[in-house]
Amino acid sequence: MRARLLGEVLPRAGGNDPILEIQDLELSFQAVKAIQGVSLTVHDGEIFAVIGPNGAGKTSVFNCISGLYKPDSGSIRFGGQDLVGLKPHRIANLGVARTFQNIELFPQMTVLDNLMLGRHRHLRYGSAGAMLRVGRAIREEVRNREVVEAIVEFLELEPHRKSYVAMLPYGVQKKVELGRALATEPRILLLDEPAAGMNLEETEDMARFITDIRRELGIGVILVDHDMRLVMDLADTVLALEFGRPIATGSPEAIQNNPDVIRAYLGEGQRSATIPGGTT
Amino acid sequence: MRLGRPGLISDYATDTAIFRSNVARFWFLVLLVATVVLGLGGSIPLGFMTLSLDGEATFYLITTLFAAIAAIGLNLVTGVAGQVSLGHAFFLGVGGFTAAVLGGLGETRRVFDLASGDFVEQVLLFGFELDMLIWLPAAGLMAALAGLIVAPVAFRLRGLYLAVVTLGLVFLGEHLFREWDVVSGGVGVGRPTPPLSLLGFRFDQPSEVLGMTLDRQKKLFLLGFVLLLIFGLAAKNLMRSKIGRALSAIRDRDLAASMMGIDLSRYKTVAFVISSFFAGVAGALIYTVIGRILPESFNLLLSVEYIAMILIGGVATVSGAVMGAAFITFLPLIVRTLAGFPLFGFISTSPGGGFPTVAHIEEILFGLLIVVFLIFEPLGLYGIWIRIRNYWKAWPFSY
Repeated sequence: MRARLLGEVLPRAGGNDPILEIQDLELSFQAVKAIQGVSLTVHDGEIFAVIGPNGAGKTSVFNCISGLYKPDSGSIRFGGQDLVGLKPHRIANLGVARTFQNIELFPQMTVLDNLMLGRHRHLRYGSAGAMLRVGRAIREEVRNREVVEAIVEFLELEPHRKSYVAMLPYGVQKKVELGRALATEPRILLLDEPAAGMNLEETEDMARFITDIRRELGIGVILVDHDMRLVMDLADTVLALEFGRPIATGSPEAIQNNPDVIRAYLGEGQRSATIPGGTT
Repeated sequence: MRLGRPGLISDYATDTAIFRSNVARFWFLVLLVATVVLGLGGSIPLGFMTLSLDGEATFYLITTLFAAIAAIGLNLVTGVAGQVSLGHAFFLGVGGFTAAVLGGLGETRRVFDLASGDFVEQVLLFGFELDMLIWLPAAGLMAALAGLIVAPVAFRLRGLYLAVVTLGLVFLGEHLFREWDVVSGGVGVGRPTPPLSLLGFRFDQPSEVLGMTLDRQKKLFLLGFVLLLIFGLAAKNLMRSKIGRALSAIRDRDLAASMMGIDLSRYKTVAFVISSFFAGVAGALIYTVIGRILPESFNLLLSVEYIAMILIGGVATVSGAVMGAAFITFLPLIVRTLAGFPLFGFISTSPGGGFPTVAHIEEILFGLLIVVFLIFEPLGLYGIWIRIRNYWKAWPFSY
């Protein structure tokens, strides 16, 4: 079978319109203020990176977007709809997909089943159809399997199709999780440390996948990672957080030279240094 | 569509088929035919011995068929969806008594009413004498309705907490069945199971079918066999559908499942409703084998028996549930047969005999087997079967 491009099986987002707009997001756990006044706008086809030291609130922002945390105040608008207060599965069904820092795959299922779970919202048959498995149920399964196969090809997962996820090496699991998020046909993709724990080659692959996704699907990507080289190479816009507060937003170059960012990463008195992985 | 070498899978529909090769299909068919031959009182020559079932073994076989339907149901909610339910006995009971009320005979007596000074009819037992075509689905639906009512608890709790709540359900149900004697017939008495009359065709009376004389046992066997095939296929289809995947996802990682757009409460409800439907239908039929249904049968021990079936048979598989149901149902017979050997002479076979009796050994074995399987073979008899199969597939190579 001919190798397919991702854009042939998954819908493309066109243009450069804002898809996700967050305004004055506030989140606290009792006395701890996890997020204080974070605002950001992500456009279709944009790779938007969020950086910051550990505990800066990067993952908390993701959890607010995907509905796992309910922010105290602020708005999260996705394609014109307010996400605050919606249940996680509703948000997912609107086209928000994410991966997790500590892989959250279904370990006792095969790679194929994990990816097919990504297709869940596109399979439209009910319990009765499932039990009888006639006509529509089979057609839908086959049609969605074809989409999954294109993702398998794209992520080079062919040798692992029927392997149980728990048996796979870490780097492959990271790819499967990206594939599962892609399978949902997202309008925006939230990647929480996609390169964490990967070796140089795997990180390189991951970078290639992320840029390919942007080029072929034209969707917005929000990226959180500690690998500054990856972030600075990929991102169009970078937001730096410290203790839940935004300290700078701008192009990778601007962020690398921002004194506040350098201070956050390296401490006071290091004004002449560059942040790790920076090219200047 | 097949291309290339025989057995090469070249399309996605075949890839997700239940039997992915003709060999698997052939042996399954052999198993089915063998079961039918044995169930209908035939014998299978195996060269060195002849396999056949006597009346008692056939009784256990029929019970297995119905119990397997309930075990498959429990495997859907506990094995696939990971929601530990100790309440299965309750759903069996709801099905059993719904069937008895709708299909069974009512009983009334005339009593003198002091207030009106006249004789009035007093209902001793509700009974509507409806056809099996009505009471059998109704038994399933009533149990499913009970499942629907219990489900909201299930999606607020999980793990041990859910187990405790469903445990409460069993006690609640047992009390209800004991006290509501116009429905259940009362403790120690019970009521007869409904006549198995499907549009005039009696499954519980001997008759001539296609030139063969079929007695009650043979007809019951065929009924159970066909129903198990239907329910087994439905469950298997469900497991390899988007619903089965969603339920497994909830079991493995519910957080990630919701990120896939899976509505957790909705799918847990679906699991409980379908599982209870299976239990209801099984409950309606399983007691027709002995002909009487007793309110005190639906106790915790019954729930534990079903948990044992899926743990010993194999979690989250249809064939595992069937194997487990067969094993647990045949356990008394197995223990009794063992007691006949000199090595196990210490087991007393008479009910009044000293410790250990067959019943004691049975109860000890329950517990022991659950522990042993959980530790050494979490996939149960199904897992053992898979290992034997893989060994012979690779033979004579060790890997």
